[in-house]
Amino acid sequence: MSQAMNPPVLRVKNLSKAYGGVQAVSDVSFEVAAGELLALIGPNGAGKTTCFNMLNGQIAADAGGIEFEGRPVRGLKPREIWRLGVGRTFQITATFSSMTVRENVQTALLSHHRRLGSLFSIATRQHVEEADALLARVGMREQAERACGVLAYGDLKRVELAVALANRPRLLLMDEPTAGMAPRERNELMQLAAELARGSNIAVLFTEHDMDVVFSRTPTASSCWPAAN
Amino acid sequence: MTASAILIQFLNGLASASSLFMVAAGLSLIFGVTRIVNFAHGSLYMLGLYLSYSLFELLGGGPLGFWGGVIAAALIVAVFGALVEVLLLRRIYHAPELLQLLATFALGLIVKDVALWVWGPEDLLGPRAPGLAGAVEIAGRRFPEYDLFLIAIGPLVLGALWLLLTRTRWGTLVRAATEDREMAGALGVNQRWLFTGVFALGSLLAGLGGALQLPREPAQLFLDLSVISDAFVVVVVGGLGSIGGAFLAALLIAEIKSFCIGLGDVTLFGAVFSFSKLTLVVEFIVMAVVLVLRPWGLLGRAPAVARSSGAVEPPLVLPSPKLRLAGLAMLAALVLLPAVFSGYTLILMIDIMIFALFSVSLFFIMGPGGMHSFGHAAYFGLGAYGAGLLALKGGVPMELALALGPLCAAIGALAFGWFCVRLSGVYLAMLTLAFSQIAWSIVFQWDAFTGGSNGLVGIWPAAWLASKEAYYYLALSGCGLGVFALWRILYSPFGYALRAGRDSPLRADAIGIDVRTLQWAGFTLAGLAAGLAGALYAFSKGSISPETLSVPRSVDGLVMVLLGGIQSLTGPVWGAIVFTWLQDVVAREIDYWRAVLGAIILLLVLAFPGGLAGALGRLATRLSGGKAAPGAAT
Ligand SMILES: Nc1ncnc2c1ncn2[C@@H]1O[C@H](COP(=O)(O)OP(=O)(O)O)[C@@H](O)[C@H]1O
Ligand SMILES: [Mg+2]
Repeated sequence: MSQAMNPPVLRVKNLSKAYGGVQAVSDVSFEVAAGELLALIGPNGAGKTTCFNMLNGQIAADAGGIEFEGRPVRGLKPREIWRLGVGRTFQITATFSSMTVRENVQTALLSHHRRLGSLFSIATRQHVEEADALLARVGMREQAERACGVLAYGDLKRVELAVALANRPRLLLMDEPTAGMAPRERNELMQLAAELARGSNIAVLFTEHDMDVVFSRTPTASSCWPAAN
Repeated sequence: MTASAILIQFLNGLASASSLFMVAAGLSLIFGVTRIVNFAHGSLYMLGLYLSYSLFELLGGGPLGFWGGVIAAALIVAVFGALVEVLLLRRIYHAPELLQLLATFALGLIVKDVALWVWGPEDLLGPRAPGLAGAVEIAGRRFPEYDLFLIAIGPLVLGALWLLLTRTRWGTLVRAATEDREMAGALGVNQRWLFTGVFALGSLLAGLGGALQLPREPAQLFLDLSVISDAFVVVVVGGLGSIGGAFLAALLIAEIKSFCIGLGDVTLFGAVFSFSKLTLVVEFIVMAVVLVLRPWGLLGRAPAVARSSGAVEPPLVLPSPKLRLAGLAMLAALVLLPAVFSGYTLILMIDIMIFALFSVSLFFIMGPGGMHSFGHAAYFGLGAYGAGLLALKGGVPMELALALGPLCAAIGALAFGWFCVRLSGVYLAMLTLAFSQIAWSIVFQWDAFTGGSNGLVGIWPAAWLASKEAYYYLALSGCGLGVFALWRILYSPFGYALRAGRDSPLRADAIGIDVRTLQWAGFTLAGLAAGLAGALYAFSKGSISPETLSVPRSVDGLVMVLLGGIQSLTGPVWGAIVFTWLQDVVAREIDYWRAVLGAIILLLVLAFPGGLAGALGRLATRLSGGKAAPGAAT
């Protein structure tokens, strides 16, 4: 559902990508506005992850346009796109396994505040409150001291979400955020996503292969996926 | 060069390529299936050569002695390889890859001393091949018949391997395991014998490669390291796991070397350029170029997914007040040491402190940085030579030379590091090895400037630092500050970013971290610290030789880091202490110190796969009755 008052944060036009002979994404177009929660739906292998990887610059698109806040971002590197205000989570979670939950978020915050070049300050003493606030938001505050390497899968996904929120993104990309979660946990996570969209006015784009999640749990979502190939 | 000279050099190259191919193919095969980088592969080659020498006499000489000896030698090496697999490697397939490397390295040490014990230190030149002892005339020049035979045997072995791998069930399993490791896991019971078989075959090839060299090169004790570095180069240039690639790369490198020898001294733009001297490095230059242009080798394929380092490391904890106190007590003891000990103990302590800094600097990039370096001695040596040359030839005061030496190392690390951080894993390790070998051969051959193989003598500290006590305090403050700074940096945002890039390059990139640039900076910092260790070393010894930046020195560093354990900050220091002390004491008391060292390393690896520091830490927690440390290294 596009909200007329908001200009689109993300505008995707005729995006395509092929791997050898496999057309992973073909001619996809959609827009997401601030405060909107939008789902990319499709069965496994439909090209959702590939689409995300093009949006955050991890792989190059074959054709099409990607605009973030009116600015073309195709061809930028992931770290450059992140600096513009785009956060993402991965379908297979990517976190720093040799760090605690809080340190994961602190590292992202240090990067956001451009302090990673610092050689002699103590990293774990930086941005503690800010990190804990983010962790509280995703319900991981109690586990802040735990090592990321030993967390349950659902918890890892929430850590990743906190990390993705560290740069106060205006666009949040969540790849299969509820995969592998119990129904209750799913519900909570999708509620959180809706809150982030509405409460913080973030444009939230997520992928989902389970129609139930899209239609029964997130009433504001709309599908933009063309017939799967 | 005339046309006939070119032809002869070409044939020479082909003949040299055969043995090189066999060793490299074995190494590649073993790596492909077991994912073990067999550092002892050169030792198997050496063993094959020595065995064929002895068997020739044992079998009464003649054609039977020669050909029977060659075949028997290769078979004995194969059986030895199978035994090694069953008794040793099977226990460490799940250990971190660096530990596996350490184990095979230790095995090489033992083999070397066994060879020394059995065959003695003299070079042994074998007989000519019966029936192929003569020479044929080719393009008006005489060419050994035996070399023609070698030219034929390379492609024959390649063909036999190809048939084995594509036409037999066993070969299909080998290929499946090479392409997909999980697949290898799914093979279940067969897997064990598949691995044993592959290791035996790889050993056979190495043994055969060595045995066939009997009429061409004398059996010597340094062959293990020189062959393994050649074989590494060939495997990496050809592409890990690719037999065809190994063949191509062996041809390429052998030909280039052969032509460098053939060209000799050439006058280029008015200056004499010695191509024959280039043979020492040319293969490493080829490798560096290939790795930069085609990071997975000529016929290799990019690994499907960049796997994370595997073992999950526990989070870094700031030292507790108790630990800090212990550290301060240790420091106080070090400060007071000269009041109690003197002379020899101080010299040993200076060595230990220098190598502790070297070891920590290597740990800095290997552990938190995730960059495995096989050529870290380059920066130690650049620091040593930088300081030494400035003091001797530049007329720079010692204090200034000591400060500028590390800077030379940092500049070297900055230049080499730029290439290195573009690669990862074994490829990165090989490129670091290549660069250190290049640096070594420049130092080794530039007689006029670096003193060549004799090195530099008369690098003495300033008068006020000349006494052993004064130099001890200089080393203590230099190494202490260096180690402390590196540790401190690991707790800083920079250190966290470095670990972030190692833990998950994907995530690091997605939160704005420029992983490559960061690794580059880390590599340079480590080079600076290693350079400081090198500069302190130069002034403490008074003389330096190319050995300071040779491969064995790099391996020493690796052994120290791995011995101590890569998962703890203090590990590399303990590793340096134990290694330096052992080397000093054992080498002094025991003739076969390498074997003893190798046996100790093997025992430690088998008993404490997490390294010394991890084991000590667990012991400490057990003794204090506490629970195991969170996520203690397993
Ligand atoms: N790196 C790749 N190389 C080749 N094919 C790929 C690659 N990544 C994805 N594909 C193919 O692209 C298609 C879309 O994959 P993906 O984007 O992961 O789908 P989804 O996320 O919707 O499940 C699939 O057919 C997949 O096999
Ligand atoms: Mg997907």
